[in-house]
Parts: sequence; structure tokens; C-alpha cells
Amino acid sequence: MTVRVQTADFDAGREIAALRAGDSRVGAVATFIGTVRDVNDATHVVTLTLEHYPGMTEKALEAIVAEALTRFDIFDALVIHRVGTLAPTDQIVLVAVTSAHRGEAFDACRFLMDYLKTRAPFWKKETTPEGARWVDARASDDEAAALWEPPSGPR
Amino acid sequence: MPDSRTSAITVQLVYLARLREAFGRAGESLTLQGADSSVGTLLAVLRERGGNFGLELGAGRAVRVAVNHALVATDARLGDGDEVALFPPVTGG
Repeated sequence: MTVRVQTADFDAGREIAALRAGDSRVGAVATFIGTVRDVNDATHVVTLTLEHYPGMTEKALEAIVAEALTRFDIFDALVIHRVGTLAPTDQIVLVAVTSAHRGEAFDACRFLMDYLKTRAPFWKKETTPEGARWVDARASDDEAAALWEPPSGPR
Repeated sequence: MPDSRTSAITVQLVYLARLREAFGRAGESLTLQGADSSVGTLLAVLRERGGNFGLELGAGRAVRVAVNHALVATDARLGDGDEVALFPPVTGG
């Protein structure tokens, strides 16, 4: 597994090549890239600043990747998440997964993002023409993450 | 005179994101007296300060707590030297 939190931008092609290098079992690579939008809640975003909790954020991402490696039939996974001040169109996060077949790779990639959105200690602050504001967590993210839980029922 | 059986523990608080701004500091050291050293007790002690502590940690506010880098519930017990972080629901990705 590869987990990195960094201010620098990443080259997705290079990271994917490194992830699957020399592994001829790999038949599928699924990736996701999150980028900064220029509008959020009908307000123009000038910059987006990402804060993290050094020490815990890396551990939380490693735990999420470890869970994906257990739950899905995949070979490897990587998460690179940027922090610091970004601008619209900048890359924020890269998730990549390798497996033999596409079904598990797509599912694991989705799972990693759904869990990252609800469990990884990052916080976003936007600057807008009206001033700076912290982004609120979305109920839809919690709902998406909950879909990966087993349904609870009578024991 | 304190009861010799009463323990006091000191924890290192870390405030993140919007809570750091609301509380006006990145963290602080806090000593809890008495036998009840749960996260819930710690939050109650902070709430009693009033002001933004009372507001942000009050009923109905979503605050996450991590002890030594692991998320915990309010009934979790604290130990001397623990790092206790308070933060809003996460918004990464």
C-alpha cells in the first residue's frame, strides 16, 4: 500500500505506473482523482485550504486502505491526498487500485473514496468574495459510507 | 487536603479546524481531578467555561474526539499523558 499526505501536486500516470510496475497479475487499474471546483453552494470559490491532523490522518488512511485490501480481491492500492492552499482545477486526491478484474477494482476504489470522505481527518476551508468559511460535512457522504456496512438485523 | 486515592490526570488537548479558531488556540494542557476521567467528563469541564466552548461543545453539536489518534466515543476513559483531539466532522477528498 502507498499512503501519502503532501502539499506537492502528483502525477497520476507516474503513480499508477509505479503501483502496477512489474506485476503481471494485474488486469485492471481503477482510479479516482478529486479536483477543486470553482463553485460550492452557489458561491464562487477563490481558494480551498486543506488542513489535516499530522499523525492521525496518515494512520486513518492506512487503516482505510488496509480494510480495502481485506474486503476486496485486489492486489494493491494507493491514496495520495494534498493539503495546503489550492485553487480551482487543482488536483486534491488520487486513489488507485489494482486487481485481476475490473469489478473488484471499481468497487474498492469507490469504497476507498466513500470511507475517506467520512473517516479521514481533513478539513476544507474556502475563501470566497464574501470571506472565508469552513465547508460543512455532507449527509450524502455519510449515507454513501453507510452503504458499505452490513445491514443490521435481529440477532 | 486531597484524598490520596483520588487520581488526577493531565491530558494534551489538540483543537483542529473550525474549533481551533472558535477556541482561539491550537491546544492546551488540562488536568482532570477525581476518579471520573472519561471523555464525557472532559467535554463537560470544557463546556463549563462558557463562551465558544459552551457553544461548540453544547447539545446537538457534532464534535469528534480522538484519543492518541483513534476516534472514541464519549464513554472512553482517559489516561495520564493522552493526546485528546477535538474536531468537526471531516471534509476531505
